[in-house]
Amino acid sequence: MTGVDYSTAPQLAILLSGILLYAVAAVFAAMFHRHKSALAAVYPICIIAAAVTAGASLAALLADTHSGFRLPLGLPIIGLHVKLDALSAFFSLIVNLGVLTTAIYGMGLDRDRDLSGRVEPFFPAYALAMNLVLIAGDAFGFLFSWELMSLTSWVLVVSHHRDAGNRHAGHVYLVMAAIGTASLLFAFGGLAGASGNYAFDAIRAVPPGPLVSGLVLAGAIFGAGSKAGIAPLHAWLPLAHPAAPSHVSALMSGVMTKVAIYGLIRIVFDLLGTPVWWWALPFLLLGAATAVLGLLYAVLDHDLKRVLAYSTVENIGIIFVGLGMALAFRASGLTAAAAVAMAATLLHCLNHSWFKSLLFLGAGAVLHATGRRDFDGLGGLIHRMPVTAAFWLVGAMSISALPPFNGFVSEWLLFQAVLAGPQFPEPILRFMSPAVGAMLALAAALAAACFVRAFGIVYLGRPRSNEAAGAHETARPQQVAMALLAGLCLLGGLFGGVMVSAIQPLLQTLAGAPLPAVGTGPTPFSLVAFDAARSIYDAPTITIFLLISGTLTVMLVHRISSRRTRLGPAWDCGFPDPSPLTQYSASSFSQPLRRVYGSTVFGASETVDMPQPGDNRAARFTVRLHDYAWELLYAAPARAVLKMSERLNALQFLTIRTYLMLMFSALIVLLLIAAVWF
Amino acid sequence: MRDTVILLFGQTIQMFLVLLIAPGIAGITRRVKARFMRRQGAPIIQPYRDLIKLVRKESVVAQNASWLFRSAPYAILAFTWVAAALVPTFASGLMFNWAADALALVALLGAARALLALAGMDVGTSFGGIGSSREMMIATLAEPAMLLVLLTMALTAGTTRLPEVAEFLISAPITVRVSLALALVALIIVALAENARIPVDNPATHLELTMVHEAMVLEYSGRHLAMIEMAAQLKLVLYISLIVCLFLPFGMAPANAGPAAWPVGMAVYLVKLVLGAALLGAWEVSIAKMRVFRVGEFLGGAFVFAFLAILLAFVTREVLN
Repeated sequence: MTGVDYSTAPQLAILLSGILLYAVAAVFAAMFHRHKSALAAVYPICIIAAAVTAGASLAALLADTHSGFRLPLGLPIIGLHVKLDALSAFFSLIVNLGVLTTAIYGMGLDRDRDLSGRVEPFFPAYALAMNLVLIAGDAFGFLFSWELMSLTSWVLVVSHHRDAGNRHAGHVYLVMAAIGTASLLFAFGGLAGASGNYAFDAIRAVPPGPLVSGLVLAGAIFGAGSKAGIAPLHAWLPLAHPAAPSHVSALMSGVMTKVAIYGLIRIVFDLLGTPVWWWALPFLLLGAATAVLGLLYAVLDHDLKRVLAYSTVENIGIIFVGLGMALAFRASGLTAAAAVAMAATLLHCLNHSWFKSLLFLGAGAVLHATGRRDFDGLGGLIHRMPVTAAFWLVGAMSISALPPFNGFVSEWLLFQAVLAGPQFPEPILRFMSPAVGAMLALAAALAAACFVRAFGIVYLGRPRSNEAAGAHETARPQQVAMALLAGLCLLGGLFGGVMVSAIQPLLQTLAGAPLPAVGTGPTPFSLVAFDAARSIYDAPTITIFLLISGTLTVMLVHRISSRRTRLGPAWDCGFPDPSPLTQYSASSFSQPLRRVYGSTVFGASETVDMPQPGDNRAARFTVRLHDYAWELLYAAPARAVLKMSERLNALQFLTIRTYLMLMFSALIVLLLIAAVWF
Repeated sequence: MRDTVILLFGQTIQMFLVLLIAPGIAGITRRVKARFMRRQGAPIIQPYRDLIKLVRKESVVAQNASWLFRSAPYAILAFTWVAAALVPTFASGLMFNWAADALALVALLGAARALLALAGMDVGTSFGGIGSSREMMIATLAEPAMLLVLLTMALTAGTTRLPEVAEFLISAPITVRVSLALALVALIIVALAENARIPVDNPATHLELTMVHEAMVLEYSGRHLAMIEMAAQLKLVLYISLIVCLFLPFGMAPANAGPAAWPVGMAVYLVKLVLGAALLGAWEVSIAKMRVFRVGEFLGGAFVFAFLAILLAFVTREVLN
C-alpha cells in the first residue's frame, strides 16, 4: 500500500457522488419530517445512492484502485484525507449492498403506520457515516465518522423510545460506543506516536515499536471488537440490534459489524507494520470462544431478533478466528496459507452481511405481520407467509453452512486454513490450530441446531397465538429485498471460486500473496484452496448432482408409486391434541442442549416445585441461567461507578471556602509533580 | 474423451450400486440380529419388499402439513444419495469424486439432517418435536467429532479429498498410528449415533419416550416414508463405506488402474460391507440402549477421542507436504 498515487480515480469520484446523495436524502428527510409523502421518497433516493456507491466500489475493487486526495478541513495542519483502496472498496461494497436491500425493504413499509419521521432522516445519515468511515484517510476523519456512525445508529435504536427495554438498550449501547471510541482513540494515538501525524500514509511510513504496537493492538481489539460484538464485550449487541426497526437491525447486525472489522483490518494488517506471531493469539482465543458462546446464547434464547443478534456474535467469532489465522500465517511467512485464511475471512464478512440481513428482514416481516417476535407466540407461518418462509429457509441454510449456499464456502476455506496449521514454527500456534478447528466444528453444528429451532418454531407447526394465526404475507418490495439477498446467498455459494478470484489483489496486499491455485480446478467454477490435488470444492457440480438425483428420485417414485395422497388429521401416535400448546416449544426444543452445555457455561439450574398430593396449586418448573459476561463485565462495573458517584456526591455541597482550598491544594500538588518529574 | 466416458460410467455405476445394495445391507444387519436372538428373522430381501410396498401404498398427509413436509423426503434422499455417490467405495478417482471433499460430505449430510429435523417439526406434534430436538442435540456432538476425524485423516494424507486419502493409506507403510486408532473409535461412535443405532437410538423401537429418529418420521407414510427409509439405509452404507475405505482401504481399485480393476474392487468392497453390516448386528444385540441424557457423555467421548486424534496428528506431523 505504499507509493499511493494521489490522483482522483473516476471510481472515487462516483463513489463520492453516491455518498453525497445519502447526505441529500438525510437533509431532505430532516427538513420534511412531518410530511409523509416526502418521507416516502427517502428510501428510493437511498436505493439510487446505494446502487451508485456499490457499483463504484465494485469497479474500484476489480481495478485495484488506489486513489485519494486531501481537503483543507478537519484538524489544522493535517487536513482531511479521503482515500479509496481495494480494502475500502471491498467493505464499501458490503455496506452499500446492505443499504440497497434494506432500503428496498423500507419502500414496502406502511406509510401511515410505519413512517414516523424518527427513522427516515437517520437511515441515510447512518449509511453516510458508515461510508465515511471506509474512505477516511486519517485518524481524525476515521474517528469522527466512527462516532457519527455510533450516534446515528443510537438514534435509530431508541426510535421507539416509549418502550423501557429500548431505552435501556440505547443507554447500554451509548456507553459501550463511547468506551469503544475512547479505546480506538488511544490506539490511534499510539500509532501516530510522538510526531503526532494522524494521516494513514504518515503512520504507515513510521511503524511503532514492539511495546507500543502491543498497546495499539489491545486498543484496537477492544475498540473495534466491542463494536463488532466479540465476547465478552458482546452484551450490548443483543439488546441494541433487536431494539431498532428491523431493516435497521439488518444494517446494524449485517453491515455495521463489518465496518468494525474493517477498522480492525485497517489498523492491524495495514497501519501496524510487520506482524508478530503472538498478535494472532488474542484473535484466536477470543474468536473461538465467541463462536461457541454466541451460539449457546442463541440456542437458548426466546426472542427471534435476539437469536439473530447472538448469531451475529458467533459469526464475528468466526471472522476473528480467520483474522487470527491470517495474521499467524503471515507472521510465519506462510503467505499461501495466509491468503486462504484471509479469503475465508473476507468472504465470510460478505456472506454474513447477506444472510444476516436476509434473516433480519424476514424477522421484520414476521414482526410486522404478527406484532410478536417471541417464539412462544409464533408458529405455522409457512402457511400464511410462504414467500417469507422460503427465503428465510435459504438464509437459515446459508448461515448453518449447508451447501450449496454461501456460508459453507467461507467455512470450507477456513477449515482448509486450519489444516495448514502444522506448518507453524511456533509450538503454541501448532497446538492452538486443532483446538480452534474443534471449536469451529462445534460452532457449525450448533448453528444448524439453532436455526432448525428458529425456523421450526417460527414457521412450522401450528400457530401459538391468534396473531400468528391471522398473519399475512409481507408487502411486495419487502419480498423483492429478501429475494435479492436469497439470490446472492445462492450465487455466492455456487460461485465462490469466481469471488475469490475477484479479491486476489486485495489478498496480495493483506496476506502478502494471492491464492496460489485459483482457476486450476477441473471446472472454471471450482474453488481451490491450495492446489487442485489437495483441496477442492465444486458447488456447481454438486448442485447439478443434487438436481439430477432429486429429479431421478421423483421420476422413479412417480412412475411406480400410486401417487394417491389422502389428507387426514395428524397421527401423533393416535392421540392428537388440538391445543397448540402440546407442540414442542422453543424451550422444550433447547432442553437437551441446555442439559449438555448449559450447566457449565451458564450455570443453568432447574427447580421443580411439585405440590403435595391433595394440594391443588399448579406445579412450577423454573430454569435459571447466569449470563456471566453481563454480570461480571457490565453489571459489576456499573455498580462500582454508581457507588463511587454516590461517595463523590458529597463534593457537590461544600462551602466556597472549601472549594477554593481544594483548588489551591490541587494546584500545589500538580506543581510538585511537575517539579519532581522534570 | 474415452477416459472421460469410462470415468463417467464408473461414477454412474457407483451411484446406482449404493442405491441398490443399501436395503440389502440393512436386511443383513436385521437378519444377523435376529439369528443372535435365536429368531428365524426376515429374509435379507425384506427391506426391498417393504420399500416397494410403501411406494405403492397411498400416502396419508396431515391436513396442516406444508410443502416442506411433502418435498423434504425427496430432498433428503437427494442429499444423502449424492453424499453416498461421492465417497470412495470400490474404486478411487471416479468422475466426480473430486467435487466434494471430506468437509463437503459432512455438510451434505448436515443438510439432509437439518431438513429431516424441520420435517419432523412441520405438523406440530409433540413427537415430531421430541425427535427433532434430540436429533439436533446428538448432531451438535456427533458432527464436530466426525469433522475432526476427517480432518485427522486429511492431515495424515495431506489432502481433504477422500479418494486421495484412501490411496495414501493403501500406499503408506503399515505402522500403528495412535491418532488413526483414536479416530477410528470416534468415527465408529459417530456412525452409531448418526444411524440411530443402539446404544444411542433403537431402529426397532416404537416406545415413545426412547425414540429419536423414529419420532421425527412418525407422521410419514407411503412413498414419503419409503424415501426417508431409503435415505436412512443409504446413510448406513455411506458410514460403513467410509469406515472400511478409510481404515481398511486395501482391495480398492486405484485411480490409474482403469475399469479392468473394478470387478475385483467391487467384490472386495461388497465383502467388506457385508462384514461391516454383520458386525453392526452383533454389536447391537450385545449392548443395551442408554438413556437419552447419557448420550451426551457417550458422544462427548467421541468428540474427545477425535480431538486427541487431531492433536496427535498435529504434533507428530511437523510439515504438511
